[in-house]
Amino acid sequence: MGNQSLLEAHHLGKHFGGLRALNQVSLNILRGEIFGLIGPNGAGKTTLFNLITGIYPPDEGTLFFNQQPLNGLKTHQITRAGIARTFQNIRLFSQMSALENVMVGCHPRTRTGVWGALFNTASARAEEAMILARAHALLKTCGLSQQAQRQAYQLSYGDQRRLEIARALATEPQLLALDEPAAGLNHTETEALKTLLLHLNAQGMTLLLIEHDVKLVMGLCDRMAVLDFGEKIAEGSPREVRQNPHVIKAYLGTDPIDEPAPVNPS
Amino acid sequence: MLLVSKCHFLGHKKLLGLILCIVLFALPFLLDQYLGRAWVRIIDFALLFSLLALGLNIVVGYAGLLDLGYIAFFAVGAYCYGLLCSPQFGLHWPFWFVLPLGALLAGLFGIVLGAPTLKLRGDYLAIVTLGFGEIIRIFLNNLNHPVNITNGAQGITLIDPLQWQSISLAQTIHWGGIEIAPVHYYYFVFLFCTMFMLVVSSRLERSRIGRAWMAIREDEVAAACMGLNTRNIKLTAFAMGASFGGLAGGLFAAFQGFISPESFTLTDSIMVLCMVVLGGMGHVSGVVLGAILLSVLPEILRYAGPLQMTLLHRVWVDPSDLRMLLFGLALIVMMLLRPKGLWPAKHGASTNAPSENTEPPAKNAQHG
Repeated sequence: MGNQSLLEAHHLGKHFGGLRALNQVSLNILRGEIFGLIGPNGAGKTTLFNLITGIYPPDEGTLFFNQQPLNGLKTHQITRAGIARTFQNIRLFSQMSALENVMVGCHPRTRTGVWGALFNTASARAEEAMILARAHALLKTCGLSQQAQRQAYQLSYGDQRRLEIARALATEPQLLALDEPAAGLNHTETEALKTLLLHLNAQGMTLLLIEHDVKLVMGLCDRMAVLDFGEKIAEGSPREVRQNPHVIKAYLGTDPIDEPAPVNPS
Repeated sequence: MLLVSKCHFLGHKKLLGLILCIVLFALPFLLDQYLGRAWVRIIDFALLFSLLALGLNIVVGYAGLLDLGYIAFFAVGAYCYGLLCSPQFGLHWPFWFVLPLGALLAGLFGIVLGAPTLKLRGDYLAIVTLGFGEIIRIFLNNLNHPVNITNGAQGITLIDPLQWQSISLAQTIHWGGIEIAPVHYYYFVFLFCTMFMLVVSSRLERSRIGRAWMAIREDEVAAACMGLNTRNIKLTAFAMGASFGGLAGGLFAAFQGFISPESFTLTDSIMVLCMVVLGGMGHVSGVVLGAILLSVLPEILRYAGPLQMTLLHRVWVDPSDLRMLLFGLALIVMMLLRPKGLWPAKHGASTNAPSENTEPPAKNAQHG
């Protein structure tokens, strides 16, 4: 695979009324890496995610995925192109079972329409069996086999987070974008998540990770970028970022009491 | 003895199905015999409303799009049949062509009326669909001028019954001491259509499309992020739901022989919606139960008048008042006790069944 770039952002900008949520942000995510995106609250991380996944169009700049521009594509077309995401505030299909949630994720890679379903054709049945097998396999990968038949809202918080990942994986993405996957997880669950993400990455999945848990990001990512007030203030390996004076300032201000983690090498 | 051995042979479920078949077959004759012909007509309408409720269930129950103008598609189907099989234009096209045409046309109307509402949700969608429903009715009411198409408020009369060559469902025949009237024939036609649409509904529910509808109902943004083309999938729901209504409309026109815009008011839309909600949104059996209950129960209340006469020698509560009273009471009780309907969808069930057959048992065996 080499150092081929998978997702490139050129000078992205987005504003909501007078608020500049993102300003001239450029990124380059390489195939096969784990790329972290950190920044204080309100720095524009989720906005950047929403631009990448087409929830809103950028006001300025261009996104390239596999050298193809993403501008003007709708959310579902971007998913088909190969970018899947999870949500910071979990958005599962809560009245559907865990299995059905993942089966919905298989939608963009399958094709049975109304007629196939009505006549219950051989190809529709074969595809349905394929979807089911795939959904079961993905639940197993994410450690949710036991929960397959439970409704999504009945799952524990950690399971819901992993179900979001399983559902996103069902769309067969090349880039998996995770919006704060460790938010609200306890230590054990975070460790399990880390293992899962490393496992996915080892199988060749490129990951884009927004995270507040700086320790997790530092431990996982190959490279990372730091946003603050809508601007990219640093980019590089965790080690470089950790020593970057802008980052230290953004996170700690002048009084290094609140959150010493980024400065003190652990 | 014979029954017992059969019971062994067939198994519990199949025996139940067999009994249900016999009951459904004998029902109109029994009703005719013991309660009078009016009751056969009542269950005919119950079946017709089941068809409508099944259609609306696709839009409201599966896709979660609150549609308050659903009766418009019923009207489209009815007028399609009424105009093409009556002296209105002197056309007498065969029913086997006109009924599917009506369903198709209603489906098309579903797309046309659905397209502008795609970005709306909840209350806003309800108001706009309500408006569309009224527009269709008012159109039908006024399309008699300058060119008379629908005959306005007077409606279309002398609509052909379902007929094929010399066989017509409008004849009454006597056969072995049993009188078989049109209401009986139509009972079987409606029963067949309802069964057929039940199969269609449940197949759609368990398919990729059905899951996509439900995903949109649950969370539209997340659904789009899972690669669902929400616009097309919503339009499919509108079209499928509307085509059920169109078919029911055609049958209604053939059965009644007369249609007018009066039959397609907002109250009817709301009635169908109540059937879906009362029975259990998103669950085909529940929806049919809701339709049957809401069409049969008001009729039973008609007996309340005479009953009061015999018991109390005076009618204290007018039956029609009683109907609205009980209806309101039933809604409140339902909201408190069974907010998901009388017979709600059992979740996971739709994927349980196929998974037992197709999936290697290891994963399912642990669960259970």
